[in-house]
Order: sequence, then structure tokens, then C-alpha cells
Amino acid sequence: MAGSTEPGPPLWLLAELTYRCPLHCVFCYNPTQHARLRDELTTAQWVDVMRQARALGAAQLGFSGGEPLLRDDLEELVQEAHRLGYYTNLITSGVGLTPARAQRLKDAGLDHVQLSFQDSTRELNDFLSHTRTFDLKQKVARLIKAHDWPMVMNCVLHRHNLPHVRKIIDMAVALEAEYLELANTQYYGWAWVNRDHLMPTREELQRAEAEVKAFRVEQEAKSEGHQCRVLFVVPDYFEERPKACMNGWGSVFLSVAPDGMAMPCHNARDLPGLSLPNVTTSSVADIWRRSQAFNAFRGDAWMKPPCRDCDERHKDFGGCRCQAFLITGDPTQADPVCSKSPHHEQVVRLVKQAPQGRVVPIVFRSDDESRLLHPQAMP
Amino acid sequence: MNTLPAQPRLSRRFRLQYEEAQQKWVLLYPEGMVQLNQSAAEILQRCNGERTLDNIVAELEGAFGVTGIAPEVRALLEEGQRRGWID
Repeated sequence: MAGSTEPGPPLWLLAELTYRCPLHCVFCYNPTQHARLRDELTTAQWVDVMRQARALGAAQLGFSGGEPLLRDDLEELVQEAHRLGYYTNLITSGVGLTPARAQRLKDAGLDHVQLSFQDSTRELNDFLSHTRTFDLKQKVARLIKAHDWPMVMNCVLHRHNLPHVRKIIDMAVALEAEYLELANTQYYGWAWVNRDHLMPTREELQRAEAEVKAFRVEQEAKSEGHQCRVLFVVPDYFEERPKACMNGWGSVFLSVAPDGMAMPCHNARDLPGLSLPNVTTSSVADIWRRSQAFNAFRGDAWMKPPCRDCDERHKDFGGCRCQAFLITGDPTQADPVCSKSPHHEQVVRLVKQAPQGRVVPIVFRSDDESRLLHPQAMP
Repeated sequence: MNTLPAQPRLSRRFRLQYEEAQQKWVLLYPEGMVQLNQSAAEILQRCNGERTLDNIVAELEGAFGVTGIAPEVRALLEEGQRRGWID
């Protein structure tokens, strides 16, 4: 169907303002070559992108990164986004959210803040992010509530913090988060490099999921007090069917990277066979409707068996293209998480053999490690 | 699990807005969007914390020349309350 019908609007715009980040998280999904990707769009360029995407129908706007607070024009961008009618989300580590900036963002019309935590303990939070940020995040959480923003707390889960799930939930409730996203690690970027160190066992996952369910039952039973909606993002390596990644390629999601590269998924930069468009040289409408990259996996014409003949192909859209590429080397394959994939065995092996892979040290995200992983400058 | 408030109000955690590209009213909230059908949109627009359920029903019946919609309005508000749209 590629090109044969007009796609619906890009409802979700993700503005990755910068790849710079004060944290060094071992599970970061940013591209590992971030140190080679220094270019950033100007304020005027971002404003132009936001206007164009809004005209196409984008309604949700996430300001993300890296750490978006490292851009000192964030308030200006939020103000313009608010004026355009977006629902604005700040996705942050909390570093840089001072009382003065929080007030300016409130005045600019920011609608919501998503704050990341690494764990319920200072030790693990600070170890995994390689920064002393635990106390600061607690302070920022209180600042967010003082400004009456709805707060989503996000915690990436892996074998180191899965046993703390209940304490993480209790922390989110104590800090009055409206939502807690328990996001089991998705293996892209730095998380892919560190996958052996992060990979839990099925038993660890099941125990954590049982704790989440028990909490939901407890919360259901109490009629008053603060309510926190807990989302448990499925760890897809342990599933039999893939996630409906991005709700389908080029279906609702438009990501713009710091350098202006437009992608149907924020991890698509490394996929072979895509000529990724840039907002500095193409209009957002052309990118969304006509670019090769956004049409490459739109619909189902690109699918091979088993997806092509599968009656679930419009439910999960063949899963994740990046995962297919990382594990099989071919982005047109079925997501190997699917038990129908001829490559499913490789996912099973990645899980099973993880403990043996822990002989190499864990790699903290940093500019130096980025250059080591990518000795040649990217084209 | 709870009874409906006497004067339902759209929660400040949700934003009701008309989206030209979708030709629909939507509810926006952190990282999410619900597309509303026309009757849901008409009901929610009237949930301002001042009108009672009876006021809302009477207004809609007058505006659209219909009768007997109270059960439908109540059902929508109960569903909205369950989803946290209504304070």
C-alpha cells in the first residue's frame, strides 16, 4: 500500500532537542554515536517544525533528548507549542529543573512532566546513572507537584532493580505521581550494548509483575487517598508476540532528532536501506507523506512470511523494525520476538546466555565511550 | 464504585479540544489522547462543575430536539468517572 493511500495525521511529535545529557545511564536508548552527532536545530527551526507538524494534525508534543533542559530556549519552545494548541510533555531526568525554570515553564504553558528515576534506592539510582542525582530527583518531584503538573514517573526496569519494584511503586505514590511507567528495558542504543548486564530471568520478571498486580488490587480496594496508575511495559524478549511498535510505521508517530533528521521511530537512524529525510531540507508534510523512509514499512506491502500471511499482521504490524535489524541483520524480517519468526531462537538464546556475557564490564553512556564504539566520524 | 458528583466537572488533568485534522473532539492527557464521538463531546463540554446531570440532559434535549437521553448521559458520565475524566 506504500504511496497508494494518504496516511492519517502524525498525532505524536517527539522533539529530541539535544543528545547532550548530564546522566550516563547504561540503558539509554539514544544512538551510541551521539558524540558524533553534535548539530542541533536552532530555536527558529524548531518553531518551524512545530508549526508544520501542528498544521498536519500533531496534538501531543514531547520535548525529549538527551536532557531537554540543557536547551536554554526550552521555555520559548514550550510557549510557542502551547500557543499552537499542543499538549506539551517535558521528558526529563530532572537535572536543571530549578525553581526559577519550573516557574517559567509553568508560565509558558507546559502541561505535563515525565521524570525519570533509576531506582528506589540512592545507591542504585546513582550507580546506574553514574551521577549523584537521587536526592535531586526527589526534590524535583516535589517541585513538579508544587506547580500542579500531572507527573509521570518513569523507571526503566532490569535485573538490578526488578526486585525493588514494590519500593519503586511506594516511592511514586509517596511523591504523588499520577502515573508510574515501569518500563522494562528495551534493547536499543546503550541498552543493546549492555544487554547481558540488564537481562533479567523470567522468574525475576514474574515476581515483579505479581507485585504490580498485588498493588493494583490494594489500590482498587481503598476508596480514598492518592491514586497512582501503574503501567507495566511488557518485556518483549519474554513474549511470544511482538509489540505493535510505534502503532505501525509512519502511522501516528513522528520523531525529529537534534540534527533535524526525521524518523518514524527514534531508533531508526541505523536501519540500512532508509534514506532518512531532514527537516532542514524537506517540509514536514513531504517527509510524512512522501519520503522513502516514512513509506518503507508503512502498511503491509513490505512484509515477508511469516508476517505476510499472518492474521495478526494488522494488530502488531510485524513488530519492531529496529529489533528485526539488530537481531537478524535484516529490517524487513518479522520481529524475532515473535514465536512464528524463523529467528525466534536467537531471542531465546540472548536471554539464556546473558549471564555468560557479564565478563565484560558494563558501559556507561559517555562521549568517550561513544567515540570508542564509533572510531570513525559518521558521514 | 463511587456515585456521580451532583455537579460533574471535567478533571483539570484532562484537556478537551477540537482537532481540525481529525474532525473530532479529543481529550488530551499525559502522553495520551482519547477521540470522542459527538455525543460524548457535547456532554463533556457541559461538565463545568455548575450544571447538574438534570441541567445537562435538559440542555442537550433542547439543543438537539431529542428526549429520553438521561440514561445515555448518565452512562457516559459514569464511564468518564471510572476513567478519571470527571471530578
